[in-house]
Amino acid sequence: MSREHNAHRPVASIRVLQQRASLLSEIRCFFAHRGVLEVETPVLSSSANPDAAIEQMLSGYRQPGSQRSQTLYLHTSPEFPMKRLLAAGSGSIFQICHTFRNGECGRLHNPEFTLLEWYRIDFDHFQLMDEVDALLMQLLPDCAAAERYRYADLFVSHTGVDLFSATPAQLQQRAESAGVVMPESADTGWLIEVLFELCVGPWLKQQQQGVIVYDYPAAQASLSQLSTQDPRLAERFEYYFQGMELANGFHELADAAEQRQRFEAENRKHRQSGSEMLPLDEHFLQALEDGLPDCSGVALGIDRLLMLRCGVDHIEEVLAFPFARA
Amino acid sequence: MATYNTNEFRSGLKFMLDNDPYSIIENEFVKPGKGQAFSRVKIRNLKTGRVIEKTFKSGESVEAADVLETTLQYLYTDGEFWHFMDPQSFEQYAASEAAVADAIKWIKEQDDCNVTLWNGNPLIVEAPNFVTLRITDTDPGLKGDTSGGGGKPATLETGAVIRVPLFVQIDEVVKVDTRSGEYVSRA
Repeated sequence: MSREHNAHRPVASIRVLQQRASLLSEIRCFFAHRGVLEVETPVLSSSANPDAAIEQMLSGYRQPGSQRSQTLYLHTSPEFPMKRLLAAGSGSIFQICHTFRNGECGRLHNPEFTLLEWYRIDFDHFQLMDEVDALLMQLLPDCAAAERYRYADLFVSHTGVDLFSATPAQLQQRAESAGVVMPESADTGWLIEVLFELCVGPWLKQQQQGVIVYDYPAAQASLSQLSTQDPRLAERFEYYFQGMELANGFHELADAAEQRQRFEAENRKHRQSGSEMLPLDEHFLQALEDGLPDCSGVALGIDRLLMLRCGVDHIEEVLAFPFARA
Repeated sequence: MATYNTNEFRSGLKFMLDNDPYSIIENEFVKPGKGQAFSRVKIRNLKTGRVIEKTFKSGESVEAADVLETTLQYLYTDGEFWHFMDPQSFEQYAASEAAVADAIKWIKEQDDCNVTLWNGNPLIVEAPNFVTLRITDTDPGLKGDTSGGGGKPATLETGAVIRVPLFVQIDEVVKVDTRSGEYVSRA
C-alpha cells in the first residue's frame, strides 16, 4: 500500500488558516456586541441523537479498575445540552465546537467539522433569519440579505406538483419522471425530500446570493415547532448559498411530550432499519419538562462559510488536516 | 441471487434495472442536512449503450447483473450468428448481429476480441484496438510517393472501406485503428 506523498503536511494554506482565525474572532465579536453568551458543552454523551438521518460515532469510557467500557456518543450537534442551559435560565447563548457525523465525507462533508450554534430567547424564526443575514453580511464580502421563499412555493414552481393536494401516486409519478427508482417503501416524506433536491436543488445552485427556504413540511420538522396557523408547516428554515446548505434554524420545540414522541418515532425507524434502539437523552427531556423559554436556534457550518470566504470548492482546502490526514 | 446495496455503488458496478443490465459510470452520494440520503448515478445500458441518470434511496438493494468481460476467439459466421470460442475451455458462444455491431467491419477468423457476456450470452463484442487486414481492392492507377495528401479508398478483406495513402496497393496488409477506422501503417 502506498502512502500519499506529503500526507503529514496540512492541506489548508497558512492564508486560509489565518482567515479561519479571523472568522472565529469576528463571530465572537458579533455575539459579544449583541450580548449573547459563549458556552461550552460536552462532546461526549451517554445518550444519543435518535435522528434516523444522522449516524453517530461512538467512543467509550472505562472507570479506573473496571474491565467494562461504557458506550459514549460523540455529539452530532450541541443542541441538547445547550437547551438544558436555556431551560436553566442562561439567556441567549452561542457555541463554536467540533461536531461528528458518521459516514459523511465528500466535497462538502468532513466527518469532524466545526459548527456555530446559537439560541435567541424570545426570537421567532423570522427574527433569527434577520440575525443570520446580519451575521453573514458582516462575514462575507458582497453578501446581501437572502431572498426568502416558502418551501411549498419553490416545490410547486419547480416540480409542478402542489405539496399539499398531491396524492402519493402523483408524487410517485413525478419522482419517476425525475429519474427516481422507486424503493420498496417510498413514503411520501421521502418522495418530497428527493423531489425538492432533484428539482429545486439545481435552481438553488444557480442563485448567486443567499436563499432562505422556510415553512418546511411538518414531516421535516426535526426539532422545530409546528406552525400555530397551519399545522401542516414547521417553523424551520434553511440558508442556502449557491446551493450549499449553510445553516438550519428552528423556532424551537418546547413541548416535552411532543419531543419524546418525535424521538421515539425516529428510534422506531432505527429499529426498522435493523439498528439498535438508542438511549434517549433523558436529561434533555427533563429540561424541556422544567420549561424551555420561547426561543429560536440555528446551526451554521463554519467550514463551509470559510469555503465561501476563501472561494474554494472543497472542504479539505479549509481544514488543516482533513479526515484522510487526521 | 446476488444483490448490491447502494452503499456498494461505484463506477464499473453492473446491476439490473427494468430487466436490462447497466454499468455505473458515476455515483454521487447526496446527503441533505436533515434528510435521508440518496445516491444519484449516471449509468449506461449495456444493451443499447444509452446513458441515463437515476436516483436511488440510500440502503436500497439492486440485483447484480451476471455480466462478465472475457477474451474470446472469433471462429466464423453462418450469416445469422457470429461464433466465438473461449481459448481455455473451448466453449463456444454465438453472438447476434446486434452484439457484434460495428466489430463486424474489423474482425477476421482467429482474432481475439473482448466480449461482454450477460447470463452467458455475448452482449457486446469489441474488435481489438488494432487489426491487420489485407487490401482486396483499391485503385492501382493512383500513384504518389508520400503518405500525406488525401489518399484513396481501399476495400479490406472484411469488406470495410478505409482511406489509405496513394502508395498502398492491392494484396498489401495494413494496420488499422478500429476505434477511429483509420489506416495506421503497412503491416
